[in-house]
Amino acid sequence: MIGRLAAAPGPEPAPLLPLEVEGLVVELGGKRLLDGLSFTLRPRRCTLILGPNGAGKSLLLRVLHGLVPPSRGRLRWAEPDPARRRLAQAFVFQKPVLLRRSVRGDLTVALAARGVLRRERRARIAEALALVGLEGFEGRAARSLSGGEQQRLALARAWALRPQLLLLDEPTASLDPAATRMVEAIVRDLAGRGVTIVMSTHDLGQARRLAEDVLFLHAGRLVEASEAAAFFARPSSREAGAFLAGELLA
Amino acid sequence: MGPLGISGEIGEAAVTALRLLWSADPELLAIVALSLEVSLAATALAAMLGLPLGALLALARFPGRGALVLLVNAGMGLPPVVVGLLVYLLLSRSGPLGDHGLLFTPTAMVIAQTILVTPIVAALARQAVTDLLEDYREHLASLGLRPLAAVPVLLVDARYRLATACLAGFGRAAAEVGAILIVGGNIRGHTRTMTTAIALETSKGALEQALALGFVLILVVLAVNLAAAGLQRMARRIEG
Ligand SMILES: Nc1ncnc2c1ncn2[C@@H]1O[C@H](COP(=O)(O)OP(=O)(O)O)[C@@H](O)[C@H]1O
Ligand SMILES: [Mg+2]
Repeated sequence: MIGRLAAAPGPEPAPLLPLEVEGLVVELGGKRLLDGLSFTLRPRRCTLILGPNGAGKSLLLRVLHGLVPPSRGRLRWAEPDPARRRLAQAFVFQKPVLLRRSVRGDLTVALAARGVLRRERRARIAEALALVGLEGFEGRAARSLSGGEQQRLALARAWALRPQLLLLDEPTASLDPAATRMVEAIVRDLAGRGVTIVMSTHDLGQARRLAEDVLFLHAGRLVEASEAAAFFARPSSREAGAFLAGELLA
Repeated sequence: MGPLGISGEIGEAAVTALRLLWSADPELLAIVALSLEVSLAATALAAMLGLPLGALLALARFPGRGALVLLVNAGMGLPPVVVGLLVYLLLSRSGPLGDHGLLFTPTAMVIAQTILVTPIVAALARQAVTDLLEDYREHLASLGLRPLAAVPVLLVDARYRLATACLAGFGRAAAEVGAILIVGGNIRGHTRTMTTAIALETSKGALEQALALGFVLILVVLAVNLAAAGLQRMARRIEG
């Protein structure tokens, strides 16, 4: 039912954002992994979550996507209905999860699950593949693509769902520079189309290239939340300063 | 008898065996046909029972599920003669199902092999769907599909491993002798299969027919393995 509504043409869907996060705590297995995070996600911004390995970047993205429930604290979305919130988001995992079928089959499952009508799917698929430079790949086995192509397919699938918010977990972590550049270009393209982007990375150069806002995490705590220009020019915390200076953070 | 004598005898038997095969001896063909029919029927039944059972064990959470998984896994190693004995007791004149007169019929053999093969299909199917769900869980959740709503996706994507599970079951059934010997009785022209014939003909010293059937049985096993290898190659193309 909700899927039908989301797929139907007509008025713009209700806005998902802004999101106000207040005192977010996540504890798993008796360990506090996210420790009292408070920040605001503004619509149509490109936010990068920065921090060393194990800081809690992936976990924060999963909480935003509703895959992991907060132990404490509040996420106040502009959209009050949790089911509609999920429909307004898409997630791209660090290691793309692709089905054991053709590229078309993979995209079709995603579109069908989100309630996109059959007659609309073909056009969505063609358009999404064109966006990521995978025209003509419909019949290929999704998992036989190269690493870079697989991640672009994951981006095409995310875009085909027409999300307001796109969450990306280190999408270029295992890609070579050429494939990384392509993925970054697609992310920029999607941002230009009005998609709100929240993306994690431990790659400083990538953050400089893409970020409008920065969330800097360290050991489960939000050490800095600021606009990118300010963050890179004058980090206000010792940890961020050390990270920017290229020092190894534990 | 010296070694030369034995090998001479085996050589003669082999020649006769090939002649039997070459001339498409009707009795031989009937035995081969019955073997394939029984094992294919048992595998088909086991697939109908075992595939849904495996998927259920992978996807659903209910009390007793852990015990059932253990039972199914243990069932993979059921000794055929014990299964044969149990089915025999069930179907014998004084048994609970004795009134149907099924003992020493091909139906009894299908029942026994179905019991042998179902746990194999179910256990392999459960593992296949579990692995797939592990891989897909977050993506499916992200799409808003609950595990049960995702069953069609999982079954289609596990298709090669599910087919391989059925092949493994068929291989076990086709090579099995203990269960069908007990419940079928190796009655000539009625319940005689390749494995039961080989077992009894050999013990009676009738090597020609045993060898001829042995060849065919090996061909069947080879074909099963070839099919499994073919499935695996197709799977690798799709699964990356
Ligand atoms: N489901 C979980 N259960 C227990 N610990 C977890 C779980 N997920 C993540 N962690 C732990 O939380 C910390 C942060 O993990 P993660 O968010 O993956 O870091 P990052 O993405 O910044 O490298 C790590 O120490 C990790 O081991
Ligand atoms: Mg991570």
